[in-house]
Amino acid sequence: MGNWLRGALRAVTVPVLATVAGMLVGTIFILSTGHDPFEAYSAFFEAIAGSPYKFGETLVNTIPLIFTGLAVALAFRCGLFNIGLEGQYLVAALATAWAGSAFEMHPLIHAPFAILVGMIAGAFWAAIPGFLKAYRGIHEVINAIMLNYIGWYLTHWLVMGALRDPSGSNSTAAVHASARFAQGMIERSRLHSGLWIALVAAFLVWVFLWKTPAGYEIRAVGFSPGAAEYGGISVKRNIILAMALSGSLTGLAAAVQTLGIAGKFYEPLGFIGFGFDGIAVALVGQNHPLGVVLSALLFGSLERGGAGMNAAADIPKTVIQIVQGTVIFFVAVEGLWRYFRNRRAKKEVKTA
Amino acid sequence: MLLELKGITKRFGSLVANDHIDLDVRPGEIHALLGENGAGKSTLMNILYGLYAPDEGTVVWKGKPARIHDAGQAIALGIGMVHQHFMLIPVFTVAENIVLGREPGGALLDMNKAIADVEEISKRYGLAVDPRAKVEHITVGQQQRVEILKALYRGAELLILDEPTGVLTPQEIQELGQIMRNLVAQGRTIIIITHKLKEIRQFADRVTVIRRGKKITTVDAKSMSEPELAALMVGRDVTLKVDKGPARPTKTVLQVQNLTVKTGQGVVAVHDVSLTARAGEIVGIAGVDGNGQTELVEAITGLKRATGGQILLNGQDITRLGPGEIREAGVGHIPEDRQRRGLVMDFSMAENVVLGAQRKYRSWGLLNYRLMTDLAHKIIEAFDVRPPRPDYEARSLSGGNQQKVIVGREITRDPDLMVAVQPTRGLDVGAIEFIHKRLVAARDAGKAVLLISLELDEVMNLADRILVMYKGQVVAEVEARDATEEGLGLMMAGGGKRG
Repeated sequence: MGNWLRGALRAVTVPVLATVAGMLVGTIFILSTGHDPFEAYSAFFEAIAGSPYKFGETLVNTIPLIFTGLAVALAFRCGLFNIGLEGQYLVAALATAWAGSAFEMHPLIHAPFAILVGMIAGAFWAAIPGFLKAYRGIHEVINAIMLNYIGWYLTHWLVMGALRDPSGSNSTAAVHASARFAQGMIERSRLHSGLWIALVAAFLVWVFLWKTPAGYEIRAVGFSPGAAEYGGISVKRNIILAMALSGSLTGLAAAVQTLGIAGKFYEPLGFIGFGFDGIAVALVGQNHPLGVVLSALLFGSLERGGAGMNAAADIPKTVIQIVQGTVIFFVAVEGLWRYFRNRRAKKEVKTA
Repeated sequence: MLLELKGITKRFGSLVANDHIDLDVRPGEIHALLGENGAGKSTLMNILYGLYAPDEGTVVWKGKPARIHDAGQAIALGIGMVHQHFMLIPVFTVAENIVLGREPGGALLDMNKAIADVEEISKRYGLAVDPRAKVEHITVGQQQRVEILKALYRGAELLILDEPTGVLTPQEIQELGQIMRNLVAQGRTIIIITHKLKEIRQFADRVTVIRRGKKITTVDAKSMSEPELAALMVGRDVTLKVDKGPARPTKTVLQVQNLTVKTGQGVVAVHDVSLTARAGEIVGIAGVDGNGQTELVEAITGLKRATGGQILLNGQDITRLGPGEIREAGVGHIPEDRQRRGLVMDFSMAENVVLGAQRKYRSWGLLNYRLMTDLAHKIIEAFDVRPPRPDYEARSLSGGNQQKVIVGREITRDPDLMVAVQPTRGLDVGAIEFIHKRLVAARDAGKAVLLISLELDEVMNLADRILVMYKGQVVAEVEARDATEEGLGLMMAGGGKRG
């Protein structure tokens, strides 16, 4: 299986090289603001992994990004750009909070039940643009963006109305302990068992895409709808399926975050941001599950490290955003470079 | 000598496309450049036309060394090229296309002068076209004339024609031959790139054979027989005639009754077509491109829903089934477009050989890559696919090897009906011979084969029975042994009655 090994290897090397390049560029900006880069970067790494607690918090940042990165990557493998993660996330988070707070169940089934409800809600919200693309030919990006706003206002309306905690705060009632994840894998850290779910999800996405007939069909549609149709693979069905699966992964992000960290659904004052970050995570991770896990860790770390750099060395947080942007830029450049190299190779073969 | 190429060498990475090629072209001759696909003919001509820079070697034009850096310089010297794919603007008129870039008049375009100019040169060279017609409304053969006129209008003394007959009917090919003779009589010189042996003997004065980037020889075209030319081109003896015994058709496998199919735009593409294909025979469908063959195939294979009529396979109605179900019912399909339909270019060979049967290659719910790789090896071996690497992406194979993967996959599945559309398009003589043998073997094994091809030679060689499609209808049906090229050509152009 030289192919997947090559894919996995590239999924790792590209982000690593891009990160090194990004940090070099970041150095220039740190110097230009009159700071010592060594001091800055030591504060940066200190904040990421200076203690078990700090590393635990970095992982807390990483977990939802693994899910949303996987969600974007899976849709992309079917040729779809799921930009509707933010709406899917809010809808799923509310559904999870409702399932966790409105029911009393045995601890062994309550959390799985609440997760399932969240996944179904996310899948449903994502399947709408999938359906409209498959049967009405409307580009998924348009509908997904609009559904982001619909999802935001709908959840806002529900949480401030029908699902509002009667005791008076701007949120749903708290999720029962029977559905909450255990925290405390690392002392004082909020790190919770959602980490294992994320890693298992990454593995399952990999197995699904590359080892099952259904994943084969989704990838066939993504690479070549014409050839898929010729092979008797329904393009329409797979578009809807891929969107729904992508949405269910977003739903998983929302459910894990709700049961592991938030404990309730608060009045949404905007998009949470895990969804949009998931696009960057998937891009840097080359749409490969292993790459997504590593790039989610990268983005989770950058976030924590940037805050640490800001607090300890008084370096503006914008510097870390420049580093983030540079990493994405270098990954994109790598993609462009490969694209042009392939094109040139193809052209030469054709005319030879 | 009008033109001398001396020691032209062009490398693309490790590939030597042209290896010290010499070529002399005399004024007033028709010089054919013969070679298989990928032999380096087009590269050589693109160097001459200024599209590539040679790594080594010189171009001598009318006795003087010439450095040609772009097409503009080539045109200025008097070298014109008609590409395989025409470069015309469909919504412009013939005259507008011809004068494009050299419009007569000053700030204002003098259209009357343009039309007069075009009429003048088209009369001089016997290239009849209507200068006022829009290009999108004229036939492919006429579009080719427009391309030739465009080159002449720009003062081409040497005209390079890249595979000019691929898109033409037999009659149009004869007309092109007449045009070429007129051009030569008027003092022009022609280089014609081709891999069709018959045309070389018909039209060319001399022929230069190129094989794997090297010049093999330049000979007098009339002195060589077709098999001799083929052997020079391929480097070994090849059989041009398909070696097959008489057909022994038995039961009806495919029965199409009063089939009507519309295009996506709602135009009737197939109108009231009925045909049958029996086990043990190859039924050929001849016709000029765009006369409903594509839609007929799509309806039979389930890629397009018929708007009327019925398709029966072994007596089972498959009219409303999808492509997967029809494949399941026993129809194999070698599609017209191998890169967009036949293969997922980014999939490995092992993944591609199970396309359409991917759900059969699993154990415990997961794809069984070992079985898939075994199948790929089997096809690689039986169909001589190179390189023999199941893990290679289809994209990295040459066109001929891509086609072998498709043909191998479809034949290995052993369908009752094989729908083969342009199965050898763009392939070299060796690969064509191989695929033809395989289709005949399928026939002899009791399969029905429906062959759709724009190459009349292929249909006449391979088919046992020939149907001619014209404007969405089957206008004629003849036994292959009674068919003549002239007769079929006439019917392909709409001059026939159903026999």
